[in-house]
Amino acid sequence: MSMELRHQIRNGVTVVTLDGRLDSETAPRVQQDLRALLPGEGQVVLDLSGTVYMSSAGLRVLLLIYRHAQSGSLRLALTGLTPDVRAIMDATGFLGFFTVVESVDEGVEALTV
Amino acid sequence: MTTLEPIDAYPTQRISGFSVRAGRSLPFGATRVPGGVNFSVFSNHATSVTLVLYRSGAAEPMAELPFPEAFRVGSVYAMTVFDLDVENLEYGYRVDGPHQPWLGHRFDATRVLSDPYARMLTGAGPYRHRSRVALDDFDWEDDRPPRLPHEDLVIYELHVRGFTRHPSSGVSAPGTYAGLVEKIPYLKELGVNCVELMPVFEFDESDNIFTGVNYWGYSPIGFFAPKASYATTGREHMQVDEFKHLVKELHRAGIEVLLDVVFNHTAEGDERGPSISFKGLDNATYYMLTPDRHYYNFSGTGNTLNCNHPVVRGFVLDCLRYWASEFHVDGFRFDLAAILGRGPDGELLHNPPLLESLAYDPILRDCKLIAEAWDAAGLYQVGSFPDYSRWSEWNGRYRDTVRRYIKGDLGVTGEMATRMVGSPDLYSRRGTAATVNFITSHDGFTLRDLVSYDHKHNEANGEGNRDGDDTNHSWNCGQEGETDDPAVLATRARLTRNALLLLLASRGVPMLLAGDEIGRTQLGNNNAYCHDGPLTWVDWGLREENADLFRFTRRAIAFRRAHPVLRGGSPGSVHWHGVRAWSPDWSGHCRVLVAMFDGGGDDCVYVAANSHWEAHALELPAPPRGLTWHLFADTAAAPPEDAHEPGHEPALADQTRFVIGPRSVAILVTH
Repeated sequence: MSMELRHQIRNGVTVVTLDGRLDSETAPRVQQDLRALLPGEGQVVLDLSGTVYMSSAGLRVLLLIYRHAQSGSLRLALTGLTPDVRAIMDATGFLGFFTVVESVDEGVEALTV
Repeated sequence: MTTLEPIDAYPTQRISGFSVRAGRSLPFGATRVPGGVNFSVFSNHATSVTLVLYRSGAAEPMAELPFPEAFRVGSVYAMTVFDLDVENLEYGYRVDGPHQPWLGHRFDATRVLSDPYARMLTGAGPYRHRSRVALDDFDWEDDRPPRLPHEDLVIYELHVRGFTRHPSSGVSAPGTYAGLVEKIPYLKELGVNCVELMPVFEFDESDNIFTGVNYWGYSPIGFFAPKASYATTGREHMQVDEFKHLVKELHRAGIEVLLDVVFNHTAEGDERGPSISFKGLDNATYYMLTPDRHYYNFSGTGNTLNCNHPVVRGFVLDCLRYWASEFHVDGFRFDLAAILGRGPDGELLHNPPLLESLAYDPILRDCKLIAEAWDAAGLYQVGSFPDYSRWSEWNGRYRDTVRRYIKGDLGVTGEMATRMVGSPDLYSRRGTAATVNFITSHDGFTLRDLVSYDHKHNEANGEGNRDGDDTNHSWNCGQEGETDDPAVLATRARLTRNALLLLLASRGVPMLLAGDEIGRTQLGNNNAYCHDGPLTWVDWGLREENADLFRFTRRAIAFRRAHPVLRGGSPGSVHWHGVRAWSPDWSGHCRVLVAMFDGGGDDCVYVAANSHWEAHALELPAPPRGLTWHLFADTAAAPPEDAHEPGHEPALADQTRFVIGPRSVAILVTH
């Protein structure tokens, strides 16, 4: 299974949806595509509700994107973590690096305040 | 800025369908390099080596890549393989050479061996010994090891799985590194500042002919690989990240991390044991062999790692450096460390190169090095371990003396005094940091069992109760095992507190066994290495059931941390008393021991111990500097009066006299 990225703008917030598996096979392209999709500034919500699997490499891509955003003036939040993905991110400490919101709407609201 | 690409990041040939080039000999193991993975492995006696690659979980290899002769430098075979998806990769080595056991060679090209430098093993299932490549980047942020002075440590020995595996633990990932993270607030509340983790290197938990369970894990397979089954993310092969996160969180809480490491033997056993890695890679180098090439068995487990051989010494050093630098661990406790001072023929070395290398290694400089200074062949080096002014020791004599004193043996009061002040008969040159004081450890009775059983009860271990130590210096206080007799229980409660109080008021580095602070029992089993179940797991229901004992232990730890004079000082800062002030009684029939530790200011502590079954009135010395005596703890008193909150101890009404109860320990402090 591959990974599909979709994006839309909601109330000025870029919402990117990642559907599929984020692993070593898909990670390089996801990283490339995300960097191309993300604006230089503003707000972004990454919706992972369709991300069914997250590997070590997947976690690293997420963190790299997050760090990249932080180094500019982009604010980024994650949402839609499945229980499995959340447990993995929690156990490995990756969860602590991110702003996590309960829903896309909450993210849009939190980031636009 | 442009980053220059390495000029050797391209293949020179194809082998078995894979693009490869001659690799780099160092570092050993599988290392991610631009475009691929560099594989490097040592064998001195092999005639050929083949890299075997598998897709994750596949029964058959996807390719076998023989190392061309040109890829060998000395006895090291190295190859860079390009375009590998490391997350979907497992690997091993097929090593050919002579099968001549009479010369020490046991090569067998039909087997695929683990890489001794593997950063991960699959760890479970039919292919559990296969090696994996780890992503070793980790964001430590500004992690700072606590770097606590050795004598300030309060060590807490725990089993990663057993600590949270019990359903009562309440953690979201029971029995794992992540589960332990959730218990950090408990460790903080208790007040310990160092955890010593029982083996976390990959081992085979079914490696036991008696019960089919090896729970403790003193039988390593992968020395560079954190145990996958202790990671809730182990199935996703993220145990490296999960373990690093554990260390990072413990450090954030001010808690150091020591690893219990086993370099004296491996899981491969003797001639009858499996060939997993070393045995097939280079048996004659890695193991100590007798003149007729059988295995020396100084470890009691079948084989003995040839740890002072220069190659093996390098392996051990590489391994410890890896854990110290990549995992940020703060030190190591070496299982059966006396073996590390033996040469290739088992002889005792005067200046063991391995121990010297570890003592002076630049990366390990700040690491604690703790020796279990004996082995299974009768070598006992407590007090005489080659220390290079650097090593400390599990003080087995402290354990035995305190146990005998507590149960009321005659003639041990004098030695008890010596043990309380840092065992200067053993460590006067090295100071109190050299002695790790303990009364219980994973090996033997729990503290509750020490005062509940006269004899071991190891029937469930499958060896007819013949395994485990027979010399426990334990006392059941009147009835063997579980009882509801209030008098017996009262004596046990007092003796338990006596042990804890003496341990935490002794100079040296105290070590507690996890669960002793809440009365954990193993029902008299003193060798529970082979049980993975309620018998060995910490039952967190005891936290409530024995809340009094927890509070007592917490206060005793806090008291120690509040009083530097208990952690070290000149011999002149200790004054001995007895029933009469300034008059200790060192005669053989005396069971009363009184020490006053005076560090100046208000750091003055009076420790009175009475292992007699009758009370004694003690004449108190005048408190120094015009201060007054306050009562911190009295194990004869009912909870919660058995110990007070440090800093809030009530003043004694009578400043000249104190009655120490039967079989009791009391501590006074000046304010």
